[in-house]
Amino acid sequence: MSTITNDDVRHLAQLSSLQLTDDEIAHLQVDLANILAYIDQLNELDTSGVEPTYQVTGLENVWRDDVVQVSDADREVLLGLAPDTAGNSVKVPQVL
Amino acid sequence: MSAISDIVTAVRGRQSTVRAQVEAALARAESITEYHALLSLTKERALARADELDGRIATGQDIGLLAGVPFVVKDNYLAFGAPTTAASKILENFNAPIQATVVEKLEAAGAICIGKANLDAFAHGGSTENSAYGVTHNAFDMSKVSGGSSGGSAVVTALDVVPFALGSDTGGSIRQPASFNGVYGIKPTYGMMSRYGVVAMASSTDVMGCFAKSAEDVELIVTIMAGRDDKDMTTLPDYFSPLAKSNSGLRIGIIKETLTDDVDPEVRTVTQNYVETLRAAGHTVDEVSQPLAPLALAMYYIIVPAEVSSNLARYDGVRYGRRAEGAKTLAELYGRSRDEGFVTENKRRIMIGSYVLSSGFFDAYYLQAQKARTLLINSFNDLFSQYDLLLTPTAPTPAFGIGENVDDPVKMYLSDVMTVPASLAGIPALNIPAGTSSTGLPIGVQVMAPMREDAKLLAFARSMEARGE
Repeated sequence: MSTITNDDVRHLAQLSSLQLTDDEIAHLQVDLANILAYIDQLNELDTSGVEPTYQVTGLENVWRDDVVQVSDADREVLLGLAPDTAGNSVKVPQVL
Repeated sequence: MSAISDIVTAVRGRQSTVRAQVEAALARAESITEYHALLSLTKERALARADELDGRIATGQDIGLLAGVPFVVKDNYLAFGAPTTAASKILENFNAPIQATVVEKLEAAGAICIGKANLDAFAHGGSTENSAYGVTHNAFDMSKVSGGSSGGSAVVTALDVVPFALGSDTGGSIRQPASFNGVYGIKPTYGMMSRYGVVAMASSTDVMGCFAKSAEDVELIVTIMAGRDDKDMTTLPDYFSPLAKSNSGLRIGIIKETLTDDVDPEVRTVTQNYVETLRAAGHTVDEVSQPLAPLALAMYYIIVPAEVSSNLARYDGVRYGRRAEGAKTLAELYGRSRDEGFVTENKRRIMIGSYVLSSGFFDAYYLQAQKARTLLINSFNDLFSQYDLLLTPTAPTPAFGIGENVDDPVKMYLSDVMTVPASLAGIPALNIPAGTSSTGLPIGVQVMAPMREDAKLLAFARSMEARGE
């Protein structure tokens, strides 16, 4: 049985790039503990010697020709979607 | 039976115009605003397209198999004429620079998108209560949920706003709201149609699909949506082709683990009555066992959050979407934009995903779930070696009350218990309206077919429909 603390929730929030409020952390601790308690039942299933399935239709290595294709959306349109731009760049606050 | 062919016949025969069809659909949409099924109308673009298509008809051109047919898309489909919000704040004003491949295909066949339907934000939910823009009400009872996540699409179909609407189904998001609103809803085989231009949720189970009032109309729309797409490398080579007729005397298995005492008695009764109908139609129905079926929900709520946490990493407030104000650093900008832009259920799923993928837990959760998924697929293969189709209820209850499950995520997840097995296995599954509860709420049954046998599933549904069942 997994247990999850408020500190675990803070760590998960950091891994997930979510800046949560303390109130949210308290609520999510309860929710996540309940969800983990539910999914923990899968541990009872014996899967020894079973291969995992990641892709159900068996497609693998689907190739296309390495040729540049013109997109329907041009640079101006795509830059227009950004919340802040400078020239032909998307602008963000200080990184470090 | 076909609402679509009625429109196409009238438009092609010049008894009606595309503009008249679009105006009528827009008027119907504006007359049901109290259901909160639509987030936006694409009025200006829809009317401009209608006039263009009418102009082509006037010069004698054939505008396609869906000439003049209005439709609605779930608001996680990228489409022109209105923002694509995925019912989230982070995409509040996102105007898609491209359209989804399947929307392009339908428009090329003469259909006109008139609006965008409400959903649980990023399709996370089974009631449309997780929309950042308010809940969608059930078409039969305003106090009940529409189901979800494609709740708005199901309601506009049920209320005859449009003859068909598009949804997406990751674990039941088309089939369950179809059941709650008494319409047909299909989840095709994984990879049967392109997902390009639709907001991704869980890439190993996401499929596109549609709602309609008849199996015939579902089949027609699916035929146009199907096919390989160079822009979606997970699409299968073209294989779908409708069958002229269904075989008689099909062998159908009803999965006994889906009819336990936990399931609403009226749902069980409707399902048992449907079994009798199948027998009267000449099919053989046997009770079969799939012991892994009840564990599929635990597999699903490991695998899907893992994929969600990855797919939703792209929403960061940098290149598009809403950005938090006044962040001093890039990390703060990411963290606050995502906290403000996602609803609670999005955060739950992202964090569960981060948990099950984190080092130390990966083998116990994610790897274990993917191994269990192999066993589940094997159990379907075993059953389909003896049976043509499998039957279950679509949902364990009729539509539940608005607010009833919002504080208990696990209880909400249980609403998907019937539908997630087909999603994990990638097989086609269809909701067929089968009855009503004593209070008049629709109840549907789910019919599943082997992978790539979508045509057999739809031919079967048509044959039952033709019997008036």
